[in-house]
Amino acid sequence: MSMSRRRVAITGIGVVAPGEPGTKAFWERITEGRTATRIVRSFDAAPFRSRLAAECEFDPAREGMSPQEVRRMDRSVQFAVTSAREALADSGVEAKDIPPDRTGVVMGTAVGCTLHLDEEYRVLSDGGRKWIVDPEYAPTHMYDYFVPSAMAAEVAWVAGAEGPVSCISTGCTSGIDSVGRACELIGDGIADVMVAGASDAPLSPITYACFDAIKATSNSNDDPDHALRPFDRSRNGFVLGEGGAALVLEDSERAARRGAHIYAEIAGFASRANAYHMTGLRADGQEMAEAIRAALTQARLPAEAIDYVNAHGTATRQNDRHETAAFKTALGHHAYQIPVSSIKAVVGHSLGGIGTIEVAACALAIEHGVIPPTANLNEQDPELDLDYTPLTAREKHMDVVLTVGSGFGGFQSAMLLARPGSWHA
Amino acid sequence: MKTVVTGLGVLAPNGVGTEAFWAATLGGASGIAPIARFDASGYPVRLAGELTDFDPAQHIPSRLMSQTDALTQMALAAADWALADAAIDAKRIDPFDMGVVTANSVGGFEFGQHELENLWARGPQYVSAYQCFAWFYAVNTGQISIRHGMRGPTGVVVSEQAGGLDAVGQARRHVRHGTRLLVTGGMEAPLCPWAVAAQIPNGRLSNSGDPARGYRPFDAEAAGYVIGEGGAILIVEEAAAAWERGAPRTYGEIAGYQATFDPRPGAGRPPRLAAAMRGALEDAELRTEDIDVVFADAVGVPELDLAEARAIVELFGRFGVPVTAPKTMTGRLNAGGAALDLALALLTLRDAVIPPTINTAVLAAGCDIDLVTTTRSAPVRNILIAARGYGGFNSAMVVRAAA
Repeated sequence: MSMSRRRVAITGIGVVAPGEPGTKAFWERITEGRTATRIVRSFDAAPFRSRLAAECEFDPAREGMSPQEVRRMDRSVQFAVTSAREALADSGVEAKDIPPDRTGVVMGTAVGCTLHLDEEYRVLSDGGRKWIVDPEYAPTHMYDYFVPSAMAAEVAWVAGAEGPVSCISTGCTSGIDSVGRACELIGDGIADVMVAGASDAPLSPITYACFDAIKATSNSNDDPDHALRPFDRSRNGFVLGEGGAALVLEDSERAARRGAHIYAEIAGFASRANAYHMTGLRADGQEMAEAIRAALTQARLPAEAIDYVNAHGTATRQNDRHETAAFKTALGHHAYQIPVSSIKAVVGHSLGGIGTIEVAACALAIEHGVIPPTANLNEQDPELDLDYTPLTAREKHMDVVLTVGSGFGGFQSAMLLARPGSWHA
Repeated sequence: MKTVVTGLGVLAPNGVGTEAFWAATLGGASGIAPIARFDASGYPVRLAGELTDFDPAQHIPSRLMSQTDALTQMALAAADWALADAAIDAKRIDPFDMGVVTANSVGGFEFGQHELENLWARGPQYVSAYQCFAWFYAVNTGQISIRHGMRGPTGVVVSEQAGGLDAVGQARRHVRHGTRLLVTGGMEAPLCPWAVAAQIPNGRLSNSGDPARGYRPFDAEAAGYVIGEGGAILIVEEAAAAWERGAPRTYGEIAGYQATFDPRPGAGRPPRLAAAMRGALEDAELRTEDIDVVFADAVGVPELDLAEARAIVELFGRFGVPVTAPKTMTGRLNAGGAALDLALALLTLRDAVIPPTINTAVLAAGCDIDLVTTTRSAPVRNILIAARGYGGFNSAMVVRAAA
């Protein structure tokens, strides 16, 4: 673990989150605590227990996509490509500045092209009537929807990447893990520039049926704005969201040499499994604590260096207890002294996509010295005893922030972001 | 620091279990046959490599059977066999010192088809609570980690065929950074009607009905590939740690790995498979003359075969190195196929015998490679394995005989 690794800088950010697309709109929304949750508009959700969604006001044509791109790409891929384009433009990296073979891509997605798979199944099976589905009804680009790697391929084309490119899918930690994997490739000296991100567009009937079946989603259909209430005593689950984000990551020295703006550096990353249950969490939060400790060890930072924790915050009782316990175990008494918050009340839970959206939020928090609040947190659950930053944003100078994710399969991931100069690899 | 493979678990259409698969492969026995899983008479695709000798209920607890797709049942069985092969008792190792990184391309698709049918033919309330994790891509890594109490680093790669090698590359990195052992590899089960129908539009599938002619990579009459199911799970650990615990065997070392991506179609730049191969050799600190055999990606689509042959020629010269594609006996299993090739390469190191490529009779113009079409005995120390994923993904891996 003592080998000298190259440091990794975030030099570009692109976000397609619920509400208007773009990083600026996203940051304004989460710091204002303006929730984007509402009754689903993209399909008729009347038959479902939870009829809520956090939807993106996304028009691919307005984002500059050609009709053929729109046909070829699932909505999740459109988010990925749009956020990658914004991140690349923001970074000022130009294709001519970087050798293609030193540029790579890692994209993450939890459920890939679910929207298209659901819709095409409905057609090929004629509404579920045929087990032997009709292949002649399959659209030309069916295979691009079938294999989620199409997302990484499309982003690689945008970035002109010819180095390591891959797509990963670790459920709801995909968006932290993709950024972490990209950092490893730069840290190991295999690439100099990486576009890393994640995207999901899961708002389809099959997804609603799944989450209805396990009652993980909120059924506060009569109050959509306040449906997702992390750490609140009245919480009753999350609201499905859609969206994605992409980051341009560079070898820090290279970024500094070219005079790039550096939002933050990625100081540590680790993932662990609970080996317990595909959807359940141990109340003691031990494996998330272990991931946090491993990330701190990698960054050679003490727990006391952390200034803010961006929580997973899915507003299920087991999640809230699990991560609260994890923060206490990993950070000790320091956990009580720093603000924790979740942006999910505002932008919903976009499965794999949200991980990178939250990494972007952390980078912006360091940049602006502002902690986005936990919206909808009016009455804190008495069994939770940390400072969850209710309702209003706070100004604070931050050097080091922690973001965590937790997902089906038992996966737990932790990532540390740090202001350049505030830590030493 | 060397990362070695100490255990294998294999399921292939021509053999379930490592030794059955290896014997069938050396004997040129194909597992490709007309699709029997369902009535495919109305489909333009007629052949597949189906597992015929695997009853998951013999290996998987009934509680798990009802909540898993065939994909996961295969992966769980293969992981059990690989751990047993490596003589690992997971209960005696620190849970955080064992990780899982697996690859697949499409998740538990048949389970998904059943639940989509329940949704659209019957209604939302008939969708199984297990659907939320039985079909998704991360299912195998999650279920393997739960079954064996492994709480260390996790990963899931979904980069089509190349993912099978990428997962092992990631696992090797975790070993190098101090994790005691990793369960890794790839598995694939895309043979329900809905999955087969979804693959047809990629335009690369063979429409042949003749098992002996359907999948003939590098052949003058190559006309696509045959799909199939199966894959391999491997146990990787650090060489000295494996020796210290008295591991019964070391199949070989994961000596080199590199991934690259092709330029956008129409960009006028060359494909990047050769660069991946060269990078894997450099990573292994080997020269081209050190490589004794290449396990080819062998798509069976003429222009892709030609591109691969040119990459091999670029590194090794015309007819400069033995090349083989035993996947002609299994079909192309995507992430599972690359992992199976890796398993075969390790068995080739063990027994000093190169398994053959079947069906290919006459090399296509420009495919100037020494294609191994009958089992060939030869001293083998280093093997290069190539895998390409749809869309432009290239991965290459070098395995080396254990010292």
